[in-house]
Amino acid sequence: MQTEPAVHVRGLVKRYGGRSVVDGLDLDVHRGEVFALLGPNGAGKTTTIEILEGVRKRDDGDARVLGEDPAGAGRAWRARIGVVSQGEGAAQDLTVREMLDHFAVYHPTPRPTADLIAAVGLEEKVGTRVGRLSGGQRRRLAVALGVQGRPELVFLDEPTTGMDPVARRQFWELIRGLRADGTTVLLTTHYLDEAAELADRVGVVADGRLVEVAPPEELGAELRRQATVRWLEDGTVREVRTDAPAAVLRDLLAGSVTGDIPGLTVTRPSLEDVYLSLVGAPPATATDSTEGDLR
Amino acid sequence: MTAVLTSAPAATTRPAPPSTARIARARAGLELKLFFRERQQVVFSFAYPVVMMVVFGSVLGGDVLPGDVPFPQYFLAGIAATGIMLTSFQAVGIAIATEREAGQLERLQLLGTPPVAYFAGKAGQVLVTTAAQLAILLPVAHFGFDVPMPDEASKWLTFVWVAALGGLAGTSLGIAVSALRGTAASVATGISAFAVVLQFFSGVFFAFPELPSWMQQMAALLPLKWLTQGMRSVFLPDEAAAAEVAGSWEHGRIALVLVAWVIIGIVVCVRTFRWRRADG
Repeated sequence: MQTEPAVHVRGLVKRYGGRSVVDGLDLDVHRGEVFALLGPNGAGKTTTIEILEGVRKRDDGDARVLGEDPAGAGRAWRARIGVVSQGEGAAQDLTVREMLDHFAVYHPTPRPTADLIAAVGLEEKVGTRVGRLSGGQRRRLAVALGVQGRPELVFLDEPTTGMDPVARRQFWELIRGLRADGTTVLLTTHYLDEAAELADRVGVVADGRLVEVAPPEELGAELRRQATVRWLEDGTVREVRTDAPAAVLRDLLAGSVTGDIPGLTVTRPSLEDVYLSLVGAPPATATDSTEGDLR
Repeated sequence: MTAVLTSAPAATTRPAPPSTARIARARAGLELKLFFRERQQVVFSFAYPVVMMVVFGSVLGGDVLPGDVPFPQYFLAGIAATGIMLTSFQAVGIAIATEREAGQLERLQLLGTPPVAYFAGKAGQVLVTTAAQLAILLPVAHFGFDVPMPDEASKWLTFVWVAALGGLAGTSLGIAVSALRGTAASVATGISAFAVVLQFFSGVFFAFPELPSWMQQMAALLPLKWLTQGMRSVFLPDEAAAAEVAGSWEHGRIALVLVAWVIIGIVVCVRTFRWRRADG
């Protein structure tokens, strides 16, 4: 049983008004791993995850989640999954503690409210009504509700949107804790650093398909071998893309009269550059930043 | 987020999900808590009949209607029926549309909540708020405007079954109309406007037999007219039955129409209820 992947998807298709937002997507998420679906908005991440949660119908393809077809799965299956969706779904007039205490009733073996509050760092806000929480605090509450039923598999759809950097890092700790406990995590994100930080494997989604799957450090290995050599010649920038930058440099030095090459740089594509070429967007600038909101 | 969370149990050791009845009880408690925290709800559906009783009782208190009935006595029957419609039909319809739009129903769906548990929670809330509303309205009418209270047990029995069937019909129809397309705000406006017009058509403010016959016929298709008539049979003297369109209180027909609407409401709910807004 445990050898079967937590999520197994082949040829998934979802159409809206004739347009395929998910277009033949294949995906395997192994038990116990943290898998990040990375992609720009509109790539089909949320639709995919909602089909796997059993709340949206697929138009074609096969999907198995924890060994069952999510389209027809019942309450016992729902008890085994946890969901943190983008919507907040909280009654504004309830306090944080009231929310958690109420929703505990829906689970066969809920985690204690106090543990959840501590795990998401909302100790100061237990008596505050949801309507008065900040966006980031609401996301934390959503995360607490998502793991309340001790799920074997957790879906997180852009979980850290709106969180400040401190809260994001606390959230990352929580995910590492879940992983250490053997929980499988499937999250979507458009933050590269989040995927790199958390995921055992990253799947890049573009135009409704999975275009690459790899551990974050191996993502776009082909593309990353390519280096760009730049220098100044007669006041203009010259640029060469190559698999062998050392050879280019040797030739440059051999051709130089003074033995100096003004403005010389050798850069390799950053994770962000790799990601942008995978999803088919032109790299904006030659920065080596791996952080940033790619929305 | 430094605390370590305890592990997930294996699928084989996981107990069965909690029963529908247990979730329904928790829902009813939650619904009541939320109802009384939502000021708008309390004012528009809960306090409205009491305020209207005071306003109309004060302004038209001296008028006498057909059958020699003082206006406040006639109006109490209508406004009690209206109150039941507001705490059931209007409150439920608006609340569900709002909860759906806010994604609260999505959460219930993701938790595998049985729809019946959700509906039962709403019905429980309607039962308590309607009872509380009538418990305030009747003393106001009696002590403020000298409306006599019936002294036969049979009349109170009628009161209970008419109120219960009316509330049930209102709740199921409220769930049914919440499925209408549009934003929660537009659904709320539509429901409220419909409820106001229906009050005029159903003889809440005016003596029903004096309404134009086309208005009477339209109202006769909908539950409020029958709910109002049932309340008149409780609060008006028996002689006043002669002034009704049919010349009697028509208890059998009242029960029939209200039960029919309960069934229609449930059928529509089963076919149209959605946890989330339609796919875009």
